[in-house]
Amino acid sequence: MNIQIILFIVLASVAAVSSVVMITRKNAVISAVFLVLNFFALAGLYLLLNAQFIAVVQIIVYAGAIMVLFLFVLMLLNTETEHKLFVDKRAIKFFSILVSAFVFVQVAYLIFFGHPSRTLTPDEAASVKAGTIQAIGQQLYTNYIIPFEIAGFLLLAATIGALVLAKKKFE
Amino acid sequence: MPQNNYEYFLLMPQLIIAVGIVLSVLIEITTKKSEQILPWLSIALFVAAAFDSVFNINQNFVLFGGMIEVGGKPAIFNFIFNIGAALVVLSSIDYLKKYGTYYGEYYILVQSSVLGMMVMSGAKDILMIFMGLELMSICFYVLAGINRKKLSANEASMKYFLLGAFATGFIVYGIALIYGATGTTSIQNLVENFVTYSSNIIFVLGFVFFLIGFSFKIAAVPFHMWVPDVYQGSATTVTSLMSTTGKAAAFSVLMIMLSAVFSGASNVFRPYFATISALSMLFGSIVAISQTNLKRMLAYSSISHAGYMAIGLAAGNLFSVAGIIFYLAAYAFMNIGAFTIISIVEGENDSKTDLNSFAGLNAKSPILAASMALFMFALAGIPPLAGFFGKYYVFISAIQSNLTWLAILGVLSSVISVYFYIRVVVFMYFKGSVEDFEIQISPYSLTAVIITALLILVFGILPDTLMNVITSVIR
Repeated sequence: MNIQIILFIVLASVAAVSSVVMITRKNAVISAVFLVLNFFALAGLYLLLNAQFIAVVQIIVYAGAIMVLFLFVLMLLNTETEHKLFVDKRAIKFFSILVSAFVFVQVAYLIFFGHPSRTLTPDEAASVKAGTIQAIGQQLYTNYIIPFEIAGFLLLAATIGALVLAKKKFE
Repeated sequence: MPQNNYEYFLLMPQLIIAVGIVLSVLIEITTKKSEQILPWLSIALFVAAAFDSVFNINQNFVLFGGMIEVGGKPAIFNFIFNIGAALVVLSSIDYLKKYGTYYGEYYILVQSSVLGMMVMSGAKDILMIFMGLELMSICFYVLAGINRKKLSANEASMKYFLLGAFATGFIVYGIALIYGATGTTSIQNLVENFVTYSSNIIFVLGFVFFLIGFSFKIAAVPFHMWVPDVYQGSATTVTSLMSTTGKAAAFSVLMIMLSAVFSGASNVFRPYFATISALSMLFGSIVAISQTNLKRMLAYSSISHAGYMAIGLAAGNLFSVAGIIFYLAAYAFMNIGAFTIISIVEGENDSKTDLNSFAGLNAKSPILAASMALFMFALAGIPPLAGFFGKYYVFISAIQSNLTWLAILGVLSSVISVYFYIRVVVFMYFKGSVEDFEIQISPYSLTAVIITALLILVFGILPDTLMNVITSVIR
């Protein structure tokens, strides 16, 4: 067995288990933490497929920014009202089962009726190549150097702005 | 096409401000007296960047793989932004103590916003427009609410942020559609194939979204709802920065995107610009009549001035480019002057910005009254002041493009606007003082007022000096 298959099995089982754990927890904060774990496992799977940029974005944007936002909202909300999220309503249950079944059929179709041996079209091959860290880094530090630097100043200005508006004491 | 290190040399104005921002942050961290050092450092940086732009005005190149343009038209805009910001900083020094925000961070944010404007005015790629716009806007959102204890400032900041973010959403959606239709974000390509693209419905739709977003930023009717509250609620010096240099930056982007139209392509968007300019001129002038708060009145006057400038965009010929740039320069200096005088007279907690506070100003301080009268006459467009020639050039360009009806509407609305501008002069000279209070004239603010007044007079008496420079670079 080569290392790729071992890694795949480990990451895929982590992803599957963490998503099951996530939807069965009563405490929403614990659910959110398991969702983060799920995102990390998925990012590992993307890396195995050589989609480096998507893997990094998955961690920075989803696991980093969006989930932190989620956690903030959950912690600011009153934990007393949390169980109200789990009200037993027929319509909601029916609808969620319908959506899950739809997604499941789609994925199952892709796995069992897809054509893994099909060769990539030139466009697809180019997009795979453009997604590597090397290609993105090269673009970022040559053609897009000025917008990249300006993005740095944008973040600096936003940090200073947040400091000015939210710092506790100002002398 | 310049190569290697020479590119950085040509990019000097932007680099001066960028290095200045980093330096200012370091000064802010390491010293306790940053609020005394930073204003002078900012002024030095702004003046250096302004003069560097002007000295290299003939070095017109597109640098860094078609990303940013230096020299030529961007150089004139950089001059307006930097001199405007330097004057605003000069008038802020004593005002901020009175306003209760004596922080060094204020100056860092002003510098960052100017860097954003300079990126916008030189943009040669839609990505650059977006980065510059966001850099400028985020600094403005914070500057509007820089005094956290003031409810009006918080309201202004929040309103500006929400509506500004909404406008940015429109712009991004427009950019996405333009990219989808053309397959590139390069403005060079957009200009070259503008006629082909204009028959593509997705491109036109995206462009209209883009224009709607920028109509928010230039404060044109019907996208003006935020203007009165934001301009009245923010610190007076911040308002003068937002209403002049911010508007100039937004107009510079519109001119970049429409540069194909200005050099001869048929103007598909003429109905759009004609509508917003007619609505803005009349709405701004008519509503301003009933305002008694001077900051609010100038906010409505700013809406109507956006309308006059949009006439030039509707006309869309080479002469109107020159007209708009001249108008923007004149408007920047006369508005900064007027707001600086308001900031001198203004008391604590937003008081003393009413017309009544200006009654009998001539008896208290003849020099302030005289310069305020000068700025009001200039804003009303009375010759021989700079404001008159701005309007004159724009109206002429409308007549050249067979838009005489728009020029007539512009003249009508100028006539209406004379009422509320002259009312201020009447209050200052022919009414006795209503409220009894002392005016503390800050020497720095007074210097800023005198410099702007002189600029207005020079551009008014010798309009050709500036106009010749502008026309020589836009060809």
